[in-house]
Amino acid sequence: MVLVAAFGATVEANKYDELQPNFWVPAALLSILFLGLHIVVRYVAPYADPVLLPTVALINGIGVAFLRRIDIANALNEKEGPPGIFSGIGGRQLAWTLISLILASVLLLLIRDHKNISKYAYTLGLTGIVLMMIPAVLPASLSEVNGAKLWIKLPGVSIQPGEFAKLMLVTFFAYYLVRKREVLSLASKRFLGIDFPRGRDLGPVVTVWLFSLLVLVFEKDLGTALLYFGLFIVTLYVATERSSWLIIGLLLFFGGVYIAYLLGASVGGPFANFYDRADVWLSPFDPEQYNRLGGSYQLVQGLLGLGTGGLFGAGPGAGSPLSVPEVQNDFIFAGLGEEIGLFGLSALLVCYMLIAMRGLRTALGVRDSFGKLVAGGLSFTLGLQVFVILGGITGLIPLTGQTTPFLSAGGSSLMANWLLIAMLLRISNAARGPATGAGGPDRSGPKKAPTQLHGAMTEVIKP
Amino acid sequence: MNAPLRKSGVVLFVLFGMIFANLNWVQAYKANEYRTNVWNPRVTVDEYKRPRGVIEADSGTALAESRATDDTLKYLRVYPKKEIYAPVLGYKPVSNLATGMEASENDFLSGESDKLFANRISDMFTGENTGGGNVMLSLKSKAQEVAWKQMTDNERGATKGAAVAIDPKTGAIQALVSMPSYDPNQLVTHDKAAAAKAYKELNADKNQPLLNRALAQTLPPGSVFKVIVSAAALQNGYGVDTEIPAGSVYREGGATIRNAEDEVCPDGQVTLKEALTESCNTGYAKLGVKLGAEKVKKAAQDFGFEQEDLKVGDLESGDGLAVAASHTGDIANPDGSTDKAALAQSSLGQRDVRITPMQGALMAATVANGGDQMRPYLVQKLLGPDRRTIYSASPQKLRSPVDSGVAAKLKDMMVSVVENGTGKNAKIDGYTVGGKTGTAQNAEGADPHGWFVGFAFNDKGEPVSAVCVMLENVSGGHASAEAARIAGLIMKAAAGGGGN
Repeated sequence: MVLVAAFGATVEANKYDELQPNFWVPAALLSILFLGLHIVVRYVAPYADPVLLPTVALINGIGVAFLRRIDIANALNEKEGPPGIFSGIGGRQLAWTLISLILASVLLLLIRDHKNISKYAYTLGLTGIVLMMIPAVLPASLSEVNGAKLWIKLPGVSIQPGEFAKLMLVTFFAYYLVRKREVLSLASKRFLGIDFPRGRDLGPVVTVWLFSLLVLVFEKDLGTALLYFGLFIVTLYVATERSSWLIIGLLLFFGGVYIAYLLGASVGGPFANFYDRADVWLSPFDPEQYNRLGGSYQLVQGLLGLGTGGLFGAGPGAGSPLSVPEVQNDFIFAGLGEEIGLFGLSALLVCYMLIAMRGLRTALGVRDSFGKLVAGGLSFTLGLQVFVILGGITGLIPLTGQTTPFLSAGGSSLMANWLLIAMLLRISNAARGPATGAGGPDRSGPKKAPTQLHGAMTEVIKP
Repeated sequence: MNAPLRKSGVVLFVLFGMIFANLNWVQAYKANEYRTNVWNPRVTVDEYKRPRGVIEADSGTALAESRATDDTLKYLRVYPKKEIYAPVLGYKPVSNLATGMEASENDFLSGESDKLFANRISDMFTGENTGGGNVMLSLKSKAQEVAWKQMTDNERGATKGAAVAIDPKTGAIQALVSMPSYDPNQLVTHDKAAAAKAYKELNADKNQPLLNRALAQTLPPGSVFKVIVSAAALQNGYGVDTEIPAGSVYREGGATIRNAEDEVCPDGQVTLKEALTESCNTGYAKLGVKLGAEKVKKAAQDFGFEQEDLKVGDLESGDGLAVAASHTGDIANPDGSTDKAALAQSSLGQRDVRITPMQGALMAATVANGGDQMRPYLVQKLLGPDRRTIYSASPQKLRSPVDSGVAAKLKDMMVSVVENGTGKNAKIDGYTVGGKTGTAQNAEGADPHGWFVGFAFNDKGEPVSAVCVMLENVSGGHASAEAARIAGLIMKAAAGGGGN
């Protein structure tokens, strides 16, 4: 939080040449909020991972401070006075953080044992799929932002349902796979040294694969498709311990993407958007791409911002992130990169890494399969999402409309990711707690007995 | 399940590693390239933090200056004289590369030039942001403004044309006008969309206001080319009073040459001087054919035809506005032998002969300067931000196409053109004026282009100015008469004899 306050202070120093008397307020507010959540965690999940919360808090804080910095720049451009604490996108983000933290606390308070969620797995799965599909079905005017149909636009607020769907689907997959893992992992034929599953067992994978491609085509977003598919494949892989799933999955996915690219080139229609994005990715500095509407302008500006930042960055408040379109959303990393440089970004990257790794560590430590799959799936998804968006911004993979978890402006993403962290906290509590007390004494609930047994077994089977 | 979990951890690790590697690539390896990329708006913002230097005429009148704004871009480029100087100055837009002198002197104006190194160092210590250097052009504001006014107010309603005035002794360009022109201010506005729109409109305009007609466009010169043929003749043993065959009609190959009017050289013989004075077509066509294509082409090349790389600007760096090459054409049959019909027509500046107005002015200047052609230039002085003189132009000889004897004879003949012949409109009080008119057919049914190249000597016998005026598609006959009138007024203004 001191870092966040320092960031805010430097911004103001750079922008106004003097500190505003209330520069510490957002940082202090955040500190109080995180302290609040910390206390909640201490009470309801005393064994929870101690690293997760502070790390996420740091990223979130930097996000709020940077968004406030954009507000200040905007206000200066409009020749207005300094923006209020709760006004502008930074202020809204602060408010969203408050709401998200409350939601996370509520989740922690309500769900005392992560295994209880498995009772609602089918409900969650169905809701997740419905949430995902809504933007695809809605007319573009209600769901399309910057060419990607990922939104539900209501008057006043826009929701990105995919963010929540992600959580729900992980839970559902975990439950489903715990039930089916034996069939999926045992019945197989060996071919070319790889264990291939039986044809009919491919059903769910193929379904999800088709589903992802549909998302790709109708929501016009490669990132989301990659995210869902990666999520599913990884949970599948973790559940069955069969690398054949990974290979099949990756082949299917990249095959599908390549076909979509070719179709985009020849047929156009729903595939055209993806084709465009791939083209932009392949040659961003082509003047034709640069000058085309919806071309590589944004990507190039992001890259130029990052490049300008160089190793050490221009310093908070000393860059000009406003020249990067959408710097408050998808491109926040590029904007930050200009100001905190390669070293700052690396630190952030390490923070994300830390979160994902602590999540996986939780998955390793927790004793039941369901918990393992949920924790593993969630952490991996978080990591994958960071990869997808940062890879997009830095030109490593085609750009997609993903948010940067905890950094980007936007309530949906922030809330969903905080709920994700709450889940991880809850599971890590079980993982790190004393073996008997993990789930609390209320083990006698409606039993999902197999769940427990599988969890026990996996400790033995090691390659 | 733990093994795959660990493996997916490794996968994530690898993915993050890729991001990290790529970040290094973007932020460290490519950083400099990206930092200075033309599309990087920060480059622009930085550039505009420092006032760009002033471009001024020889009298010190500011032609391009930077005014402080309260924008993100701290200074706005302003061209107070609008379209008058635009073909010379060019413009420095926000989002694109500069043109004209703004481009060729860009380093100096922006302050990045090595010549301003000392200033940059002192800036580093004082923390001030002194502006870029100032460029003083050789243009005489009076001559330029008279030229612009007379060209745009011409009595024949011609809408396109160009005028160039040179100091014959130094090569300093005194005036350079291209009509129609454009207001550069609309192209340098900080509103990039408006600037782009303005540019698009100018670029689509069929009158081509962005084209510098004085330097970049070549047109048939008509009888102006007779100066070259005369030079060729004088170098090959002809004298001013040598009789050459003429007549009212001359047929050569498929070409029929007639005179502009029946009373021009109907007799069989005229002197060379008379032929030039009256612009005798038949005489010059026959003269050209007699001399042969090689000699005519050689004389033209001696005067600067076919030079592809001439630039007028800064004599020191050699950078400046590019001048299109003037051509005589091949004057040859497909088998390589001389095409006599073409030669006859080319000797009158028709067929494939094309010159720039700059070339015309250089021809006149060479004659006025005793046969020495000075390299034309626009940058008179470079001044530091503190107005310390950093560079002052020292004239250079470009070439010597004719010796002083031939030049004197040519001068004599051209003075006769203005005194007694077709160029009477160019006469100005107190000066000895010489020149040659040209009326060039260019397209079926189109009005001819009117040309005048000429020079003025003051009462001390020193050449003060050489000009070329070209008006495209002049209606109402005697196309060159209006050009001659304008040329006289420009020379008068350039010589300091007042304008109107």
